[in-house]
Amino acid sequence: MIKFLLMVNQQGQTRLSRYFEPVELNRRAAQEAAVVRCCLSRNKEQCSFVEYQDFKLVYRQYAALYVVVGVSHTENELSIFELIQNFVEVLDRYFSRVRLNQIMFHLDSVHIILDEMIQNGHIVETNKNRILAPLTAINKMADG
Amino acid sequence: MALKIVKGSIDRMFDKNLQDLVRGIRNHKEDEAKYISTCIDEIKQELKQDNIAVKANAVCKLTYLQMLGYDVSWAAFNIVEVMSSSKFTYKRIGYLAASQCFHESTDVIMLTTNQIRKDLSSPNQYDTGVALTGLSCFVTPDLARDLANDIMTLMSHTKPYIRKKAVLIMYKVFLKYPESLRPAFPRLKEKLEDPDPGVQSAAVNVICELARRNPKNYLSLAPLFFKLMTSSTNNWVLIKIIKLFGALTPLEPRLGKKLIEPLTNLIHRIYLFFSQILHHLSAITLVCFSWLIAFLFFITVLISLSSGMPNHSASIQLCVQKLRILIEDSDQNLKYLGLLAMSKILKTHPKSVQSHKDLILQCLDDKDESIRLRALDLLYGMVSKKNLMEIVKKLMLHVDKAEGTTYRDELLTKIIDICSQSNYQYITNFEWYISILVELTRLEGTRHGHLIASQMLDVAIRVKAIRVFAVAQMATLLDNAHMLTGNTQRNGICEVLYAAAWICGEFSEHLENPMETLEAMLRPKVATLPGHIQAVYVQNAAKLFATVLKSQEGNTDSTTAQEASQLMIDRLPLFVQSANLEVQERASCILQLVKYIQKLQQKDVEVSEEVCALFAGELNPVAPKAQKKVPIPDGLDLDAWINEPPSESESEDEQPKAIFSKEEPKHSRPRHTEVDEKELARRREARKQEQANNPFYIKASPSSQKVYQETPGVEHIPVVQIDLSVPLKVPGLPMSDQYVKLEEERRQKERAEKKKKDKKKRKEKRSGRGKKHDSGPESEEDITPAHMVDIVTEEMPENALPSDDDERDPADPHKALDIDLDKPLADSEKLPVRSHRAAEVLKSPAEDEEGENVSSLEPKKKSSKEKREKKKDKDKDRKVKMLFESGLSEAKSSKHKKKKQKREKEDKEKKKKKKHHHHHHHHGDKGGEESVQNGTVEEEEPLPAYDIQGNLQDGSQVVVSVIFENKCDSFLKSMEFNVLDSLNSKLQRPEGSGPHDSLTIPFQLPPGVSNEARFVFTVQSIIMPQKLKGTLTFIVKNEESSTHEKLDFKLHFTCTSYLITTPCYSDAFAKLLESGDLKSSSIRLEGVNMPFHHLLARICFHHHFSVVERIDSCASMYSRSIQGHHVCLLVKISSQTVSVDAKCDEPTLLGNVLDEIKQTFSQC
Repeated sequence: MIKFLLMVNQQGQTRLSRYFEPVELNRRAAQEAAVVRCCLSRNKEQCSFVEYQDFKLVYRQYAALYVVVGVSHTENELSIFELIQNFVEVLDRYFSRVRLNQIMFHLDSVHIILDEMIQNGHIVETNKNRILAPLTAINKMADG
Repeated sequence: MALKIVKGSIDRMFDKNLQDLVRGIRNHKEDEAKYISTCIDEIKQELKQDNIAVKANAVCKLTYLQMLGYDVSWAAFNIVEVMSSSKFTYKRIGYLAASQCFHESTDVIMLTTNQIRKDLSSPNQYDTGVALTGLSCFVTPDLARDLANDIMTLMSHTKPYIRKKAVLIMYKVFLKYPESLRPAFPRLKEKLEDPDPGVQSAAVNVICELARRNPKNYLSLAPLFFKLMTSSTNNWVLIKIIKLFGALTPLEPRLGKKLIEPLTNLIHRIYLFFSQILHHLSAITLVCFSWLIAFLFFITVLISLSSGMPNHSASIQLCVQKLRILIEDSDQNLKYLGLLAMSKILKTHPKSVQSHKDLILQCLDDKDESIRLRALDLLYGMVSKKNLMEIVKKLMLHVDKAEGTTYRDELLTKIIDICSQSNYQYITNFEWYISILVELTRLEGTRHGHLIASQMLDVAIRVKAIRVFAVAQMATLLDNAHMLTGNTQRNGICEVLYAAAWICGEFSEHLENPMETLEAMLRPKVATLPGHIQAVYVQNAAKLFATVLKSQEGNTDSTTAQEASQLMIDRLPLFVQSANLEVQERASCILQLVKYIQKLQQKDVEVSEEVCALFAGELNPVAPKAQKKVPIPDGLDLDAWINEPPSESESEDEQPKAIFSKEEPKHSRPRHTEVDEKELARRREARKQEQANNPFYIKASPSSQKVYQETPGVEHIPVVQIDLSVPLKVPGLPMSDQYVKLEEERRQKERAEKKKKDKKKRKEKRSGRGKKHDSGPESEEDITPAHMVDIVTEEMPENALPSDDDERDPADPHKALDIDLDKPLADSEKLPVRSHRAAEVLKSPAEDEEGENVSSLEPKKKSSKEKREKKKDKDKDRKVKMLFESGLSEAKSSKHKKKKQKREKEDKEKKKKKKHHHHHHHHGDKGGEESVQNGTVEEEEPLPAYDIQGNLQDGSQVVVSVIFENKCDSFLKSMEFNVLDSLNSKLQRPEGSGPHDSLTIPFQLPPGVSNEARFVFTVQSIIMPQKLKGTLTFIVKNEESSTHEKLDFKLHFTCTSYLITTPCYSDAFAKLLESGDLKSSSIRLEGVNMPFHHLLARICFHHHFSVVERIDSCASMYSRSIQGHHVCLLVKISSQTVSVDAKCDEPTLLGNVLDEIKQTFSQC
């Protein structure tokens, strides 16, 4: 099961975080910092999978953006690895070439995309069109 | 001036949106915290505004701040406000914030129930969607129970988008409210065959997730999944199903046979696919991940197959070979995934992986820690008796080389895991193992001291043959204790001394020189160890002392014995002064004992026997689960009180005592910081003395001595001895390596001997060739243990209960979902349909009487008054549901008198207006009628009463919908419904019928069936509650006869049920109050013993109010009647008294509503 998804920049600042399991606020900040540090300290020659305390981290780097996903031990690493790629591709399509700024300024849209892709901590949708369909409909509704 | 500032900030707050906040934070890198705190102040201001757009904007910013780690729980109520906005854009922001910030213990969640229900039933599918998504993040058991039925309805929504979401959220609902699983399961099952692939895969997802935890309950679904598997083209769905079959096949072997064919096809398909791709690609790169996915999928299939299926060893072999290519690849991700897949295969086919040991060991040298860890996992499954020593030797090398304590700790635990797995199955030489453990103690800074310690204890206790050796080793360890404790960084490892001391004490008869060990255990330095270790030292010193006395028994020269006593008497006082109570207590007991013994010794009395008796008897290992498995003797009720619990007032009196005793039991693991001044001084003294006695101690120069005294904080850091951090050989300890060599020699010798024997045998008997192991590499069984080892099994209680090893973690929420799904649904298993929360309705005596006055044929009815509305619903009709259930069974002997079991449940709903439907349930208790038969009285148990829910449509109409349920085994037909009209309320009858005519119910009820009918009532005035009496007549038909029956009931229209929840903003609310049109009234509720938010939720829920504003322990609430009366409440709580000040433009209505509120609280 997916526990959380973080998007951080190269300085380790959180740009987006989504928790699928409630974590106490005090603990969360510390954990987030440790997790990010753990991922950022790895070089490109090391693999994208790290064991961290009682869960696993899967991360990918896209230029200055790191996407880090924390999963339980039963989760398949490869599927998460692909999920990240898929997620970034979806963002790319939605924002037509995504940049960090856009993610921050349109937090709610990103969250809606995440909601479509992951529910209850499980991957539920991978088709890009289906993921984006509700969001486009909602946007139209808001504009109209 | 101040005004100006306020004005300025108000101007700013209107245009600061999320973007500005983000930019602002970025521009204030230097003083980010300060900037954010001003932002939060602004947001607080914005939240006080009445404009919902401003609020939504503020909540949006809060969501961002929450993400940055700021606590925004104070705004929870505002989030609820934004959630309830009618505009989707804002609602979405509200739900997003809620899904981020709310969790189970957020109390305002209670207030959201009705809002969420409204959104769930919204005509706009995105309203529903956003509510479902949000709900999945913060669903609580209460929400799950209240909304389960609504969500279940959504599973049949016309829009696939909603269906999919509803199916997914059901999983969370099951976890939080396991009772919902059975009622909802049939519909969930239907969704497996949904035309929309998204819904279908959602259903597969949910069911597979459920089935994975409790497979046996889902066996009956196998045919359905089988069909899906052969028809589905969605790979993810296929993987899920195959995994599910992997869990099911062990339970039902026949399944495996059936699966062979389709799975073989599948494998073949994928195999072709992946071999083709492989063919084209000489170098595998990350780009071709689809290949990898297919490949790993292939492995998944194979593995799930292999559990209940014939061998696919050829394909497994092939897989492993391909995996090897992956692992040898330079891409680290591929390497990792390859190792991971390999470890999956290892579980089912250890043999095929074991041949790649070289590769795995090579991976241990990888520069990436993640990869090394995976390789370690693989090693665990690869060891055998033959290669254990070799592998562990390699690992020990890695331990020495490893950088970073985490990895080293991981190695350490792995070594111990590998060696101790399946009850030390692979260890042939325990001397070797003990020396490995001793070597491990030299690890610096490990956290796993107590793991090593417990292994030492375990081996020493359970392997009797090794004790002599173990004791010798431990004695050396104790002697060199300073090596372990010398460095503060090594503190974790000093746990080992605990084991060492205990082993030396307990098995002291094996000690070569107990006197020396005794001396080692009583060194003053021991006092720097943690308390629990000191305690063991002291206790075991006493054991050693006993052994020394015993060994000197019969010896004419008693000097040794006396020396021992003197040593004890000299050293023990150090421990008597210990700050640790455990140490102190033991030390002073033993000290007095030894003093007494010394006296006896001086009189030449033989004491050794008596002293030894103190520690006689052997301690046996007890299995960890032994206690749990002790069967409970008959007649023992563990839940019964032994002594009645003291009343509350008593316990208050005792409080001071309790506080006192609480302080005591902290002694088990004291920290050095607790040490007081005196103790410090004493220790300093002791240390000085020690230093003086220690020839190796380099005395501090006078100047540094000064510094030392000026900084008392440093004092309890043990003064550094010359620390040789290079791994030292503990003198006298054999190295494990020697054992490897020795073992090798031994095995060779054995082999040679065996060969000789075999030759002999062969000579003697030519047919003896049949023996399994006469040539070739030695097989597992050939390796004989170096010592005859008897591994004592852990003790279990006599007549232990049969093993239940699959015990799961009690905290696992899936445990509650272990529910038999094939049993037909019982009547009691219904999802709560917006009903009265509880059937524990109070019955007023008056009503009971009333019930009894009705003729004996009519079921008694109770409780019309106590319908309490549970849920406020906003825009629905009012229905009265009447669950009518009549069980008629003819008494065998007497025909004219029937034993009837009737139950009736009425759910009433009243309603006005055409469009909305609102359920309103009444619970009515109907005692069954009594029938006297052969002198026995049979009485029907009371039923959960009836439910009301109501809602408004137009000012004068109420729709009552009634559910009739036939609970008997006979057929019910010709049902007619009639109500005695009052002046105020009339049942609407078809045109042309008279005012007292019955309405025919347009259906019949076969046994066990329920159906719903609706009736419209016209209501004139709504300011008074009222009851309508009615009768239902029907014909009960069974094989022999048909009888006419009648059932009386009452419909109760409370004033509350005329109210509908209407949100109101605080500005409108204030205006309303100021208008002066409202009459006021108030009530006080005493002894309300619930948290304020519960109280509010209860009022909202039962009486259809909504909270306008809440400040601390004071809240304003609003509701509106169907005829447009405003009802405003101001609720305050202080200690246990609640005062409700109310205003309404209709005083009678207000009075009645307040009475009803009062009643609600008098019932809880």
